[in-house]
Amino acid sequence: MKIDLFITCLNDALFPRTGQATVALLERLGHEVRFNPAQTCCGQMHLNTGYRADALSLVRKFVNDFRDAEVIVLPSGSCAAMLRELAPDAAHWEGDEALRAEVEALSGRVFELSEFLVKKLGVEDVGAAYPHRVTYHPTCHAMRSLRVGDAPLRLLRNVRGLTLLELPHADECCGFGGTFSVKNPDVSTAMLADKARHILETGAEACTAGDNSCLMHIGGGLHRLRSGARTVHLAEILASTDGQVWA
Amino acid sequence: MGVSGLHPPRPFPQAARDAVNSPQLRANLRKVTTTIRDKRLRAVGELPHWEELRRLGAATKDASLANLSDRLLELEASVRARGGHVHWARDAAEARELVAQIAHAHEVTELIKVKSITSDEIELNAALDAHGIRAIETDLAELIVQLSNDTPSHILVPAIHRNRAEIQALFNAQLGEPEPLTDEPAVLAAAARRYLRQKFLTTKMAVSGANFAVAETGTVCVVESEGNGRMCVTLPEVLVSIMGIEKVLGTWEDISVFMELLPRSSTAERMNPYTSFWSGVTPVDGPQEFHLILLDNGRTDVLADEVGRQTLRCIRCSACLNVCPVYERAGGHAYGSVYPGPIGAILTPQLLDMADKNANTLPGASSLCGACYDACPVRINIPQVLIYLRGEANEDKGVTLESLAMQGMRYAMSEGWRFEGAVKLARLGQGPLVHGGQITALPGLLGGWTQSRDLNAFPAQSFREWWRKRDAKGGLPEDSA
Ligand code: SF4
Repeated sequence: MKIDLFITCLNDALFPRTGQATVALLERLGHEVRFNPAQTCCGQMHLNTGYRADALSLVRKFVNDFRDAEVIVLPSGSCAAMLRELAPDAAHWEGDEALRAEVEALSGRVFELSEFLVKKLGVEDVGAAYPHRVTYHPTCHAMRSLRVGDAPLRLLRNVRGLTLLELPHADECCGFGGTFSVKNPDVSTAMLADKARHILETGAEACTAGDNSCLMHIGGGLHRLRSGARTVHLAEILASTDGQVWA
Repeated sequence: MGVSGLHPPRPFPQAARDAVNSPQLRANLRKVTTTIRDKRLRAVGELPHWEELRRLGAATKDASLANLSDRLLELEASVRARGGHVHWARDAAEARELVAQIAHAHEVTELIKVKSITSDEIELNAALDAHGIRAIETDLAELIVQLSNDTPSHILVPAIHRNRAEIQALFNAQLGEPEPLTDEPAVLAAAARRYLRQKFLTTKMAVSGANFAVAETGTVCVVESEGNGRMCVTLPEVLVSIMGIEKVLGTWEDISVFMELLPRSSTAERMNPYTSFWSGVTPVDGPQEFHLILLDNGRTDVLADEVGRQTLRCIRCSACLNVCPVYERAGGHAYGSVYPGPIGAILTPQLLDMADKNANTLPGASSLCGACYDACPVRINIPQVLIYLRGEANEDKGVTLESLAMQGMRYAMSEGWRFEGAVKLARLGQGPLVHGGQITALPGLLGGWTQSRDLNAFPAQSFREWWRKRDAKGGLPEDSA
């Protein structure tokens, strides 16, 4: 299959290895991967902070950059949720029905990585090997907006050498919430403290998830605590093999 | 300390700080919300058709809201036909005045109240006080809040922020019992009952809220768990019910769906313990004079907004509070109005027409995790409304540091090459901030981040730089860190 990658702004600038791992993984599964360097951002940060016009100009750009794509795969649940759910709403709020129609026409082709693998391709064993103790945090957007369900867990259970540890209170938000984390730092910090405690209780070496934004927040907290536990994007685990370790 | 009415005295982030830093409060909140949360999941899980019920609940409310003025006129006619009086109050002041006038007409100086958030919304107790009329709360938790000169912090469990020892001390100081009370729940409840019994039997006038009203029959409905509300609506001679105009439903049948949705969502019970209905007056039985006050107080404006309108479906079950991670940490008072939690974060600023600076910080009081939407029995898409209202709140702010930063980012992201350049600049600029690959203190707007979190420094190569090199070589992906 010809797959167009959307490497979100955060992944591109701060977590390039997630994008690289996504490429390695999809190519290993025999797909042709394309990356249009014109792409930048889905506009989620702007929309969620209340800057609708700025957000919509980015949505418009996304539509232009991906108009001809067969499928669009991205290693971020929250950006996928933005494109599928919120962008059409926002276009409608601003009275841009043409943009709404265009982004809606595209949204059926937008997939978060784990749902693409499990639901679209029907693959649960991607041939990965990762000999570590790992716990999985289901991010809010993947869980409640995209309803990816247990797709990430199915993938993780098939990774050789990986010990999957159950995270207590897994479905509680980590407290990131984009600009929420800087505009309401006290509440965000209190939520993070609980999430970090639960992760450490599992005894995992690493916490994984399908979204680097949440992982940046959780990982930043774990690092500040000098806990020794780290965060790893799901794509980097799934890309890892005996020959090549991505994270 | 507490709050009353709608207007938050402080912006949310500031008000939340105190609560977050009070370990006792956080422990109280965590304990209660987790218990109700788990119970609710079980109660809801028992019904295989829960999702259909939710859709039906939303559709029923929407249908009634779509013809709200007709419904209300019908309600007015039915209540009058059954011997009741109907009053229309445009705002809080008008509603308060109406209650005071009725009290004066009957020369009462003390009245009893059923728990009513609507009366808290209009700050009724304080207004009556000013008229020399004492309003006594009869809901046990409301009574606790009132005796301690506090304000509610939860829709359903107004004293959620108080623990048993605090209540024991309060009752010992205030209820005038001959012997000191122990901290056993039964002992405390019995003392409150003795106090309230005497009030029920001697007070002439009562004020209630309303969970629903049926236009067709002119029936008002209150749903409660203790039975004290039923005492209020049956024993006194005069009853005044205040309801927000969005509470009206068309028919009796409409109520049935909420009798399933409400108890399971709020107290996680299959059936509600006390559901009282009254229609006008019945000679010799119950109050002989009945007044219904229909309160607008901003609701018509909310109704006019296509996106915000769904907020008026709310049946005040409080399920959204109990699942909200922000409410759990910040507590109800941080929201600064009688409507706390996720519903408060969207309802309060809208009722104030997005014109209150502090209230406009409330849509920001959410990580947008979506747990509230999943829990809401009438499917109010709270995250969607939150995001929408953040936009509305920004409209009036003009140019701020934040808006400039956002504009700058948008510009940088308007072309792929521009974004690449911006990332390169940031990589150069971060130099002095980076220690061992991590940034531990950020300046300005971003300072909140490093309160509790380190940040990865920008790596030497962005994805798109890596891709370009790889593409040029036409090679396989390689580990290039
Ligand atoms: S918004 Fe929904 S969940 Fe929250 S109180 Fe209202 S009806 Fe209940």
